[in-house]
Amino acid sequence: MEEVTKAEAHPAEGAAHGGAHAAHAGAHHHAPPSGFIRKYVFSIDHKVIGIQYLFLAMFSAFTGMLMSLLMRLKLTTEHPFAFLAAVFPNGAPGGVMTPEFYLSLVTMHGTMMVFFVLTTAPQGGFGNYMLPIQVGADDMAFPRLNMLSFWVTFVGLVVLVSAIFVEGSTSLGTSAFVNKYLGGGGSGTIGPIGGWTGYPPLSALGKAAGPGQGAGVNLWVLSIAIFCVASLLGSLNFITTLLNMRCRGMSLMRMPLTCWSWFTTAILALLAFPVLLAAGVLLLLDRNAGTSFFIPAGEVVSDVLLPHKGGSPILWQHLFWFFGHPEVYIAILPGMGVTSHLLSTFARRPVFGYRAMVFAMFGIGLLGFFVWGHHMFVSGMSPYTGMAFSVLTLSIGVPSAIKTFNWLGTVWGGKLRFTTPMLFALGFVSLFVAGGITGLVLGQTTLDLAMHDTYFVLAHFHLVMGVAAIFGIFAGIYFWFPKMFGRMMSERWGKIHFFLSFLGVYGIFMPMHTMGVVGMPRRYSAFTEYAFLGKLHPLVLFVTISAFVTAAAQLIFLFNFFWSLRKGEPAGDNPWEATTLEWVIPSPPPFDNFAGKLPTVYRGSYEFSVPGAPDDFILQTTPDEDVPGLSHEGDGAARARGQGVSTGNGHNGQH
Amino acid sequence: MGRLLAALIWVITIASVWLFANARWWFPPGITEHAPDYDRQFMLTIIVVGFAFVVAQLALGVAVWRYSSKGDRAERAVYTHGNNRLEMLWTGITAVIFIGVALLGQRVWARLHFYEAPAGAAQVHVVAQQFQWNFHYPGADGQFGHTDPKLIKDSELNFVGLDEQDPAAKDDQVVTTLVIPVNRPVELALRSKDVTHSIWVPETRFKQDLVPGMNINVHYTPVQTGKFELACAELCGQLHYKMKSYLLVVPQDVYNEMIRLPQAGFQTRVTQLLKDYPLGISQVPPRAAPAAQQ
Repeated sequence: MEEVTKAEAHPAEGAAHGGAHAAHAGAHHHAPPSGFIRKYVFSIDHKVIGIQYLFLAMFSAFTGMLMSLLMRLKLTTEHPFAFLAAVFPNGAPGGVMTPEFYLSLVTMHGTMMVFFVLTTAPQGGFGNYMLPIQVGADDMAFPRLNMLSFWVTFVGLVVLVSAIFVEGSTSLGTSAFVNKYLGGGGSGTIGPIGGWTGYPPLSALGKAAGPGQGAGVNLWVLSIAIFCVASLLGSLNFITTLLNMRCRGMSLMRMPLTCWSWFTTAILALLAFPVLLAAGVLLLLDRNAGTSFFIPAGEVVSDVLLPHKGGSPILWQHLFWFFGHPEVYIAILPGMGVTSHLLSTFARRPVFGYRAMVFAMFGIGLLGFFVWGHHMFVSGMSPYTGMAFSVLTLSIGVPSAIKTFNWLGTVWGGKLRFTTPMLFALGFVSLFVAGGITGLVLGQTTLDLAMHDTYFVLAHFHLVMGVAAIFGIFAGIYFWFPKMFGRMMSERWGKIHFFLSFLGVYGIFMPMHTMGVVGMPRRYSAFTEYAFLGKLHPLVLFVTISAFVTAAAQLIFLFNFFWSLRKGEPAGDNPWEATTLEWVIPSPPPFDNFAGKLPTVYRGSYEFSVPGAPDDFILQTTPDEDVPGLSHEGDGAARARGQGVSTGNGHNGQH
Repeated sequence: MGRLLAALIWVITIASVWLFANARWWFPPGITEHAPDYDRQFMLTIIVVGFAFVVAQLALGVAVWRYSSKGDRAERAVYTHGNNRLEMLWTGITAVIFIGVALLGQRVWARLHFYEAPAGAAQVHVVAQQFQWNFHYPGADGQFGHTDPKLIKDSELNFVGLDEQDPAAKDDQVVTTLVIPVNRPVELALRSKDVTHSIWVPETRFKQDLVPGMNINVHYTPVQTGKFELACAELCGQLHYKMKSYLLVVPQDVYNEMIRLPQAGFQTRVTQLLKDYPLGISQVPPRAAPAAQQ
């Protein structure tokens, strides 16, 4: 009971913020738009923008997944397939994919997944939709900026996709223009082939460095630069909204952990993306303006001595990974937030160690900026620097272990409800542990000597920042779908989707660890050249089969998603019997979220199974006197429920 | 549902452990002096990692198995907000283990990278280029001839830009196979002509990028003879997957003998050794060089 009393007190800052917000709300009040374009296309409503981000991410995720299937196919067999020849006449002449086609798939898969899925869906999608509601605001602080950041992201995606088509397209012909500016026609490539990390000089030398280094790379860099701008706009908005627009009573320590995760992520993005933006601009200059930031003197390509002088390929790696490592946490932190949120909700227990979770999140965020060098142990960087990075890297395991410990603590002693979102949250924990823990191997300078750039690395980061993060996204979709669209997704199909995916992703990525131990290098378009890779074929085949099964399971999701949009059961306001602010308003929420009157919050986010309370959950908006078992003045003094919510929205679904 | 998930988590855990315990897919035997230490550190780490992995998955499974809701409206979960003492204990334990492993994980690294190559190390200059490895040996005089990027002419087989005017260059050999003597430290000077490459022979437990514009000196000591596949481990373009060579570790007398041969004889000898040695560690004494028989 001591804990409850603590949660009761209104911290002064909460009230102060409420006051600040009242003034803010006046300035922001706007009528809902009526036209289709203003409502669904160039909308300034954070909810519509959130859904736009989600759809953009879904498109990218399925495109990226198809690319990975093609990659698996290429790695498994050299058998020609007629359909490949038909669909990719340049990339797979005769039905067998060319090495450069494979590498362009590697590059596009990585770029799409990292930027347009893992950065976009959890933050741009859920963050946009839910953050203002969960802190009790009627919109983002800067709605127009919000719209701008989505549309800039969209332009980034269009530019990225177009990078596939500019080079090597015979349909463009072989005119002087095509040869000069578009990398020439008919080289057989479909996109840039430098990998998502785009290390120069390979990515800086242009056509001289071989196929897949022409105009496509320019567009690829440009796309990333555009994405950086969009992310900066977005994160400014997130930070401002969270700091300035929380409703009355929503003190920082009462916020859902999801909000904390979006907040931390936004700070990381704000500090990391400018560095990548700068690096991208320098790379574009190296490619197109004759500068030498990343190209050293004495480069000889195809017997031609290049005029460049004074650049450093390692400089790019430092700039890239200074962004790239925080990026890993940008991808995973929102998943952690969602997981904490869902485990508590469906275990019907308060989050175990809420404060520790917040500090761990910031600990991870902070340390995340001091470990980028572990990507570069064997890059030629000073070995002493490598050692420092190594020790810092392993210390990041400590806050990660705190999170895992607290997730287990949250479900331990709970009354678990195995809904689909809960399954995905539990899956997240399992995958996060499985993927994260091998960081202990890769973070050691010594062990990296053999593991660097092998399939062990591939397994590690796919499990932790890829699949675990994707499970976080799925958890979020299944959980918030009813709020966003007013209908439930099918639980039966959801569960089938979960079990197939869970088994499937382990089947894909676990064997990759042992491939890495044997020594299999990444980014090989075939394993035909080396005897020591030959004996791994059974594993390669197994991984490919797992990949196809997992991909098929995603079709179940796709079907479920679109079917439920129209045919799902009506959700009601609070189908999960959850406690946070999004569940006190109708599903889907009205244009300004709280119908003109902002809520007041009386307690923390995770008041489940409070002893004495009639239900096993108490909404954040319910004052103590409305909970009979908690009331200090006795039941007689309890007033009608809902009075704490100044909206009069009621909170249906509570009983 | 909870029990199904728990069972699945445990099956996955067992399968994962089996995969790592299975000797069929593991490191090839190490051939360098530091390889046993590398393997020990790897085993230690894998045991720590495996233990943490199994305990976490096991605990997750138990929680999922035991704490299922019965669907009863009156049921209540345990109401606490955490336990600071447990939190501190847990944080302390993981911090000690993780940092401890991190410190142990620097030893081999330090031995290889914090010291210059010992005096008397065999020297090879490695010059990588798109999809080809060039290994440059000093020849009989033990001195490397002067090289200059301006002189590089692949079409005339001058892959490393060797200056023919330099007397020290006269006896230098350049081949596409790495030949080094056993039980003697070897120092590799790594350079790249065009893009970043990475030299990778799994048996050596050693990998290092070759970066254009940089001259990176590394060293290790092979302790087993044999023939091993040498791969490029950093994406270098279209035919990255084919940028293959071999590492030949030969007895010292064989090495000393061949290093005195002129370019053509050296090349012939390398070709012959490549043919004679089977893949992997082998003690087979290679046939005597034709030149030596005369």
